Amino acid sequence: MNSLFPSIVSRSQSSGLMNFFVPIISIVLTLITGSIIFVLLGFDPVYALYTFFISPISSTYGISELFVKATPLALIAIGLSYCFKNNIYNIGAEGQLTMGAIFGGGIGILFHDTNAFWLLPLMIFVGAIGGALWGLIPAILKTKFNTNEILTSLMLVYVALFILDYLVVGPWKDPFGYSFPKSRPFSESGRMPLLFDGLRVHFGLIITLFLIFVSWFIFSKTIFGFQLKVSGYSPKAARYAGFNQTTLVFFAFAICGAFAGIAGLAEVSGPIGLLYRDISPNYGFTAIIVAFLGRLHPIGIIFASLVIALTYLGAEDAQLFLQIPSAVGFIFQGLVLFYLLGAELLINYKLTYKKLL
Amino acid sequence: MSDTILNIENITKSFPRVIANKKVTFDIKKNAVHAILGENGAGKSTLVKILYGLLEPDEGNIKLNNKDFKVNSPAEARKQGIGMVFQHFSLFDSLSVKENLILGIDEKMSYSDLEDKLENISSRYNLPLDLDAPITALSAGEKQRVEIVRILLQDPQILIMDEPTSVLTPQEVESLFVTLNALVKEGRTILYITHKLEEVISICDTVTIMRSGEIIDTSSTANQTAKTLATKMLGQKLDDLKTNYEHIKDEVNFEVKNISCDFNDPFLTDLKNISFQVRVGEIYGIAGVAGNGQSELMDILTGENINIKSGSITFDNKKIEKYGPQKRRDLSISFVPENRLGHSAVPELSLSENILLSQFPKNNFIKNGIILKNNVDDFANNVINEFKVITPGNDAKASSLSGGNLQKYVIGREISSKPKILIISHPTWGIDAGAEHSIRESLIELSQNGTSIIVISQDLDELIEITHKISVIYDGNLSKPFKTSEIEIEKLGLLMGGKNE
Repeated sequence: MNSLFPSIVSRSQSSGLMNFFVPIISIVLTLITGSIIFVLLGFDPVYALYTFFISPISSTYGISELFVKATPLALIAIGLSYCFKNNIYNIGAEGQLTMGAIFGGGIGILFHDTNAFWLLPLMIFVGAIGGALWGLIPAILKTKFNTNEILTSLMLVYVALFILDYLVVGPWKDPFGYSFPKSRPFSESGRMPLLFDGLRVHFGLIITLFLIFVSWFIFSKTIFGFQLKVSGYSPKAARYAGFNQTTLVFFAFAICGAFAGIAGLAEVSGPIGLLYRDISPNYGFTAIIVAFLGRLHPIGIIFASLVIALTYLGAEDAQLFLQIPSAVGFIFQGLVLFYLLGAELLINYKLTYKKLL
Repeated sequence: MSDTILNIENITKSFPRVIANKKVTFDIKKNAVHAILGENGAGKSTLVKILYGLLEPDEGNIKLNNKDFKVNSPAEARKQGIGMVFQHFSLFDSLSVKENLILGIDEKMSYSDLEDKLENISSRYNLPLDLDAPITALSAGEKQRVEIVRILLQDPQILIMDEPTSVLTPQEVESLFVTLNALVKEGRTILYITHKLEEVISICDTVTIMRSGEIIDTSSTANQTAKTLATKMLGQKLDDLKTNYEHIKDEVNFEVKNISCDFNDPFLTDLKNISFQVRVGEIYGIAGVAGNGQSELMDILTGENINIKSGSITFDNKKIEKYGPQKRRDLSISFVPENRLGHSAVPELSLSENILLSQFPKNNFIKNGIILKNNVDDFANNVINEFKVITPGNDAKASSLSGGNLQKYVIGREISSKPKILIISHPTWGIDAGAEHSIRESLIELSQNGTSIIVISQDLDELIEITHKISVIYDGNLSKPFKTSEIEIEKLGLLMGGKNE
């Protein structure tokens, strides 16, 4: 007879198969838990799950919206991979996104009546700089004063949000905006071009796919990617190899900040078209889940960003058709992360049923 | 009533690759300080771990006060009257002395009882303590006092001290000895684990000497000198010498001059004025018992630590003490630190990828920042074939290799680039005899082709087998070099035990 409860046994080598299956396991468990929650709320779970996960993408417009939401998530998540691979826990991407939007959006406001081909590239570039600079603050604090980057990067999110708040009610307020807390709209050439007529999916998607490809190349083919990986796995080995860990920390933060900055700028110059208070529904935080769900792998991140983007859309539909608060979307995101962290155990450990005598 | 408190009979304990204790038999007299003396790896720790209930012996009996003694956990051992103070303290740094003491008590005890008891112990045994001080604020000696008091609260008959002086200052050692004497006067017995000869003679009554898991001798310390103890501890290790000095050139190509380094850390050994010279083609050995500054010195030789207080390192007429590891590799200096997993190799990465940890200018592994995978794979395959590394292929993870195979691979990686100097720490630590032999052979061959080698090792057999010169490191001081072919084993033993006539 076997014992009732499995015991946890360490694997001699981490399982590559599990590395692939863990995200799938956690999504399945999330759906099961989600159904239970719907039942407890008094809904038919099949109908509720359909409303949540199928109906939002059953039209061309819905699919376009899925890509609109997935774009910033994927772009930030791939940026976060630079940090996470190096064992740096930058959780301040939301702040870096906001700074990117402020910097790049600032250019858009400055040239609000200019129409020129260079305007959008300049905004993207300056947005990247803004995000990178904001990302470098925790990098400097970490390398110079050995402060914990989790705390500093998180706190800087709120600083960035307050700066945006101040700007849109203060100096950058739209003079013709009836005192609403928003800036002037950007000129037409300061907007992300739309990919299809009548759909909101925009050029940011192309930028994102391009940067994901570049990142794949860096991670798998270059010595820089190798150095990030080694210093994440084993700082001592990185020191032995003579890799400059301070430089790696700076690069990881700067790249992540730049990517988040571009994502922020793509939001304000894409679907929004101006600066106002709520430019991001926590994309910077949710992207952390995307990065881990995608196992820090470029292809994985593309799929993960679509799955998580769906929870945003599903939450809107659920609010509309089931009268459930849209916060249910966050519950699903939280559940995915919860099961993901739990299931990670299976990569390095296996469950075995011991024989009872 | 006999005056023996503990009879140890035929204790045998084997681990997968070694027999740590082989039919260990001796008695411990009551009311005495009994030393167990031996090199690292002689089996001392295994034996005391068995006594303290941390390990179970494969065979043999232990009798405490003529009654069978068998314990499965430290808590049981303490209940039976055996307490132990470990070399590395197990205290909660953020708690106060008092809180740490309370946490260590197995039985229920009222608060006022505890305070009375503490008062009593502190004054009786010369163990002054500030009960409200946080542990972080204490020196190593004070922390040890907390550990001792914690054990004494349980009123043990036998107190095991594992290398108690390794982290103490000379003054703290003096004060510890006063305490130990007071404890013995009260009728307690102390089992004193050490490798320091002087301590055995000055404070212990009886000494049991262990070598390779076996008891060599148990005798009174009264008629022993440091020299006789050293010989017994190390054995006669001068068999089959085949060191060849002919290929060594007169030219010195690596010179360390007056290196000093303070760490301000009780678990690190400060280095004091270390100097030595290595000639072209010479193998220079640094012997010593673990924890006497070897790893600290290694970090300075590899460039992983460039914050030295004073001194210089010269290689090929260049001052390199401020160079990091990569800059040193660019000069054709290669190194293999003691730990394989996580230091000289990354367990999660493939063998091929591990090649990239150590790059020399002529390797051609990278062009414009892009890894030339074919070149790296070829190099990896070459190392695997030439050094007979047993592995399914260059894409196997480093963690899947046995210790000996991975060490062969790491050393092969370093040797394949034909460095001018190889600095290697504990080249055959924890690996099987076959791999050990092939590694030693390749080091000798390398030196004959003109590479200078510095070997840091605790394994005296190894150093005597392969080196041309040996110095001994003790407490951060490096002795003058001795020619290996003319060396006296007693002299080495004395130096390793800290006795410099």
